Amino acid sequence: MRAADLATASLLILLGGVVVFDSVRIGIGWGTDGPKSGFFPFWLGVLMIATCGAILLQAWRRAAQKPFVTRERLAPVLTVLWPATAMVVLIQPAGLYVASALYIGFYMRWGGRHGWTAVVLCAVGIPLVTFLAFEKWFLVPMPKGPLETWLGY
Amino acid sequence: MGLENIFLGFQIAITPFNLFVAVVGIMLGTIIGVLPGLGGANGVAILLPLTFTMPPTSAIILLTSLYWGALFGGAITSVLFNIPGEPWSVATTFDGYPLARQGQGGQALTAAFTSSFVGALFSTVLITFFAPLLAEIALKFGPPEFFAIQLLTFSSFVGLGGGDPLKSLVSIVLGFILAAVGLDIVTGQLRMTFGFVDLMKGFDFIVAVIGLFGIGEILLSVEEGLSFKGTRTGMNLRVVLDTWKILPRYWRTFVRGSFIGFWMGFKPGGATPASFMSYAFAKRFSKHPERFGKGELEGVVAPETAAHAAGVAAILPMITLGIPGSPTAAVMLGGLIIWGLQPGPLLFQEKPDFVWGLIASMYTGNIIGVLMVLAFVPFFAAILRIPFAILTPLIVVVCAVGSYAVHNSMIDIWYMLIFGVVGYVFKKLDYPLAPFVLALVLGDLAENALRQSLIMSQGSLAIFVTRPIAGAITAVALFFFVLPVLTPWWRRLRGTPAQAPSAGKT
Repeated sequence: MRAADLATASLLILLGGVVVFDSVRIGIGWGTDGPKSGFFPFWLGVLMIATCGAILLQAWRRAAQKPFVTRERLAPVLTVLWPATAMVVLIQPAGLYVASALYIGFYMRWGGRHGWTAVVLCAVGIPLVTFLAFEKWFLVPMPKGPLETWLGY
Repeated sequence: MGLENIFLGFQIAITPFNLFVAVVGIMLGTIIGVLPGLGGANGVAILLPLTFTMPPTSAIILLTSLYWGALFGGAITSVLFNIPGEPWSVATTFDGYPLARQGQGGQALTAAFTSSFVGALFSTVLITFFAPLLAEIALKFGPPEFFAIQLLTFSSFVGLGGGDPLKSLVSIVLGFILAAVGLDIVTGQLRMTFGFVDLMKGFDFIVAVIGLFGIGEILLSVEEGLSFKGTRTGMNLRVVLDTWKILPRYWRTFVRGSFIGFWMGFKPGGATPASFMSYAFAKRFSKHPERFGKGELEGVVAPETAAHAAGVAAILPMITLGIPGSPTAAVMLGGLIIWGLQPGPLLFQEKPDFVWGLIASMYTGNIIGVLMVLAFVPFFAAILRIPFAILTPLIVVVCAVGSYAVHNSMIDIWYMLIFGVVGYVFKKLDYPLAPFVLALVLGDLAENALRQSLIMSQGSLAIFVTRPIAGAITAVALFFFVLPVLTPWWRRLRGTPAQAPSAGKT
């Protein structure tokens, strides 16, 4: 837990530094008609660095307690996270509907060990309902791929 | 003022289309409230893009109904599955789940829904009378007063939030920083984009809400290895009517819970502490405090009344001051801006049909809501019996769709995923998410108020102290900011031991 605390605070300090740097670049003082663009972010960056510095100190002095996450606990988190990431990668070339069909099917089969009938039903049914709801009823277009083009959308 | 306005509101809220919208909203909201990983804030965020083409009044009725539904849905999971869907449902599990285990789930649920309804109704009545008054006062506010109120909003997270004050402050600052990314609308300058075109648009808080509360929550719940071992509902008309006969006995708890809820609720992050406080009060004043925690009906009534009174009260600052009291209200505020309405006191003068339609719909929505959840509890409870391997990808897909729909941009889906991981890490390290979201929403407004104030005063910060209203609000805000420093000091002075940190953190 302590290591994660230290790492997060350090990262945020780094972010604060970037903010301060960019704000100074565009000007933090008084322009012709009021404070310049960098004024507000500059002080936010300073506040961020100061507060995270205090958190660093606080975390440093505290004894290490329970770990942030154990190996056994992390495994299920990753089994959710990486297929989801893969789906987001797939959306670009394949379109949202195909990507989500593959994702739902894969996750149900691999993560939940469901029977093939249920897998196919959900993997086809859920994206199909989404398609009808968004493209037909609400007219909110989603990213589409070759399959939709082939079908004429 | 008064009667003819609310009458006008009812004429708008009771049109068939708006009633239909309310039913749909409550239905979806209850489902969202029951599902793990989806709650009021991100449910509203996901549906927001669908409302772009609707008339604003129907759109806000849909979103608020969704919110009421999510509040009701949280009670179902708390009582039947011992899983608080929202932080303010935690206190409901204390007595709700034991009751359900004893086979009195129907009784507990009826009590929970009825209390929610009473709390919500109480707050709605107060809003009906106080909102126009508050808007009247707020009309006299200038930029310094608005900035002072913003300060007060965020100071109450730091001083009263209950978590680590330093981490609350970091969440707020991070939200403001992300809000500043992109085009500065005052000077037309690009900020913190470092030449990346994608960063020019900045970060949309809707995407942040979906990621933080949707994906982040899913990651947390799989890590905790949630399994849904539900108890039977045992809900039928007899149980409902029998429970209604008992409930008037707890009228004191209802009144107390409503007042606590409303008082805590119009300040940000108030629903969770309100529910705990109401529970604690009920226990203290009860003749049988030893029964609490083992299945006492009053232990369900108290937190539910307060949580809903607070949830409804969060709407008050949103429509009168343009400052949301909760992340869900923040998303709705974002909706107002997208629909082309300027949130704030002028809304009462320029769009009375919108404001009063909204207020009237809070009555109709809650009446429809309580009847619907009472009737369909078994259906909603069945949702949690859907296997986790289907629910998880389904929620991820819904989140992705919602994020993309905001701006039709692919990068938002990536942001959603990143915000999900950030939400998971922040939640584990006790960085509160609600102030982060509020800062992200209010960033531009706060910055503009600050700049305009400084222009008025030629760059002197004294303007926040010398104007009477702004000065008073700033003083309270500063007091809240230093409260975490003062409290340990004060305790040492009085020689009382440090208290354990409260369980509520929003």
